[in-house]
Amino acid sequence: MSDASRRNFLRGAAVSAGALTLSGCKSLSQTQWVQDVLYTAEGLTRRVQRLFAGQALAREYTKADIAPVFRPNGTLDPPTDDYQQHVTDRFVDWQVRVGGLVEHPITLSIADLRKLPARTQITRHDCVEGWSCIGEWTGVPLRIVLAMAKPKPNARYCVFYCADPMTDTDNDGVPDNDFYYESHDLLECVHPQTLLAYDLNGKPLPVANGAPVRLRAERTLGYKQAKYIERIELVESYAHIGGGKGGYWEDQGYNWYGGI
Amino acid sequence: MTVTDLPESDGMAAHRSAGARVANFLEYGANTRPGKPRVPFYRHSLLVRLTHWLNAGVLLVMLMSGLQIFNAHPALYWGAQSDFAHPLLSFTAFENATGRIVRGVTQIGSWHFDTTGVLGASRMDGELVGRAFPAWATVPGPQWLAMGRVWHFFFAWLFAINGVVFAAYALLRGHLRDLLPTGRDLRNLPHEIVEHMKLRFPQGEAARRYNALQKLAYFTVIFILGPLVVLTGLTMSPTMDAAFPFLPWMFGGRQSARTIHFICAFSFVVFFIVHIVMVVLSGTWNNIRAMITGRYDIEERGAHV
Repeated sequence: MSDASRRNFLRGAAVSAGALTLSGCKSLSQTQWVQDVLYTAEGLTRRVQRLFAGQALAREYTKADIAPVFRPNGTLDPPTDDYQQHVTDRFVDWQVRVGGLVEHPITLSIADLRKLPARTQITRHDCVEGWSCIGEWTGVPLRIVLAMAKPKPNARYCVFYCADPMTDTDNDGVPDNDFYYESHDLLECVHPQTLLAYDLNGKPLPVANGAPVRLRAERTLGYKQAKYIERIELVESYAHIGGGKGGYWEDQGYNWYGGI
Repeated sequence: MTVTDLPESDGMAAHRSAGARVANFLEYGANTRPGKPRVPFYRHSLLVRLTHWLNAGVLLVMLMSGLQIFNAHPALYWGAQSDFAHPLLSFTAFENATGRIVRGVTQIGSWHFDTTGVLGASRMDGELVGRAFPAWATVPGPQWLAMGRVWHFFFAWLFAINGVVFAAYALLRGHLRDLLPTGRDLRNLPHEIVEHMKLRFPQGEAARRYNALQKLAYFTVIFILGPLVVLTGLTMSPTMDAAFPFLPWMFGGRQSARTIHFICAFSFVVFFIVHIVMVVLSGTWNNIRAMITGRYDIEERGAHV
């Protein structure tokens, strides 16, 4: 081997070793058994968090702590004709249907929700991306609505169906049929700070923040707090819904408990 | 012996002794002399060796998956929430008129640095893309927050369990005494710093114990930095903050905790660099062998001049 060819060989070896390492990392993350092993920790973390958190309350802040602008994220303005019509009509015809495994399926307008006992709380919203924002939320505690609907004994989760479509895969300007959805177990749903919120900082929810009604589940990350809620379904399991992981982002690999 | 033999044999001797000096440096480090009689002793117990190497691998994954998570919102703040207009630190990619990313900028306080190619914007498949930390520094390489979190939270358990096992061992088996700096260590510190700068490390009997700088470094990293990085990590969890309100209180808020978590991560990096430099300077092979097999060679009693 001449010096030049040895140099070339070594350079080639170094480059392919580098490429192998990089693609190795990427393909490890895409390897099923690696994912299976790594995901085992999610169940452990969920159980430990539940064990320690119980029904503990999230911290509530003062008016002075409220952020000047509450940063919206995810869908900022659902582009469907239906939703835009509701915006024009100031959501007077918006309905939240509560059904599934309940004794009394109910349908509530925003006016109905506003007549129910309300709770106002100033809390910190934590995004999975890493940022935080403090806002004042007013809404009806979800447990009041659930008590009206009377969940059946086998109901374990609430699934929240939203009005914002998530993709336009064929790029025709018309969003596809995969609407945002989320789920929480009943323990989180009956937590005193879990609200169907209709006001932000004393004013009706802006469109970007989930008008006319969104979920507040203060001990979980932002993606767990569904916006634009149209329907709440009580189920025994969410395995048959969407991608089967319990939510739009969960189907993309984010953890279901959403506690960290 | 012929006349022509002389220079060559001199050359050979010089070559041998240079080789011997390099070999001795690699084995025993700077300012040690080849040929000194040495005795081995058992320096690191099996548990210390196991937890050390496990920790090394786990920390690497934690760092790289942590950078992946950080890339999702590459800015740091102080307090409970994010003051988006005034981050303490941020990485931003700038586009030209046609929308191509052309520049990466790192901001620290009121300073701005062009860090194109490494921070803010770096190349993926030849193209500049906007990302705080480059693909070679993150797990997974491409932007993939969900998977970065899965790696981070799996290895976080290994990190915590490994740390607790080591700490329990250190407490119960008296290893803590080896790591805790004494008053005498602290008084000796200035002298020891000077000696380290001259690359003169303790030899002979003195090398049986950790010196003051080693104790300070190891103790700080294991018993201060380790718990701090775990607690600030937990403080970023809204569920844990509800369960343990003292967590965000202790660190001045969730965003402060995130900033401290980031500083901890880079303190580990700084420690790692210094650690490797010291391993090399004070005898690469002797140190590495000690951490693999436990055996560490020191100069025989009285042999050190």
